Amino acid sequence: MARVLLFGRLADQAGWREREVEAGSLSALRASIANDDAALAEALAGPGVQVAVDKALVRGEAALAAATEVAFLPPMSGG
Amino acid sequence: MITLTEAPFEPGALLTDFCKGRDETGAVASFVGLARAEGGNASILELEAYPGFTENVIAAFAVGAAGRFGLQDWRIVHRVGRIAPGEAVVFVATASRHRRAAFEACDFLMDWLKSRAPFWKKEHGPDGARWIEPTAQDRTDAERWD
Repeated sequence: MARVLLFGRLADQAGWREREVEAGSLSALRASIANDDAALAEALAGPGVQVAVDKALVRGEAALAAATEVAFLPPMSGG
Repeated sequence: MITLTEAPFEPGALLTDFCKGRDETGAVASFVGLARAEGGNASILELEAYPGFTENVIAAFAVGAAGRFGLQDWRIVHRVGRIAPGEAVVFVATASRHRRAAFEACDFLMDWLKSRAPFWKKEHGPDGARWIEPTAQDRTDAERWD
């Protein structure tokens, strides 16, 4: 189970901020979300959205172990 | 040191603390950013951070800035959560042997914090809430240092 965190407009769009998702990889996680909410999966793959796995930014695919934290970060606005 | 806080903070007290015990520091520069009311169009500013990630990214950037400008020390305090107009949003202080480095590093840190730091910003006003992206001016300010 990965712990998925959404921030900013992505959380507003999804209607949730945190959820457990069963997935062994980032692509499996995206597919699982798409199954549930295709528009959200599209937004998570949208321009400027970055992904952090256990608080480190990753590009492309990543393996997910149990209790991995996956965060989807929309373009950062600054403070 | 970077601190994120949901509670309002008193900038003067932070500056007093930062200046204490410095017998080799010739210069301390500081900046305080306040939330604007925008003529009643912004009743509340809401800032979201990713706890653990946001502090690490800011600290890594500030350590780099300290090296670039030869700072002796730096301090950043940033509000998160709901912020009312007139309240302090951000405090930055820099310490160096001479004033130029302190001034420039403070300016540099603020330009980056305003445009590239990992926050998500929502403005609540009379017509509802909207997410804010960095302004073109914020980007231009940050690019001055690239």
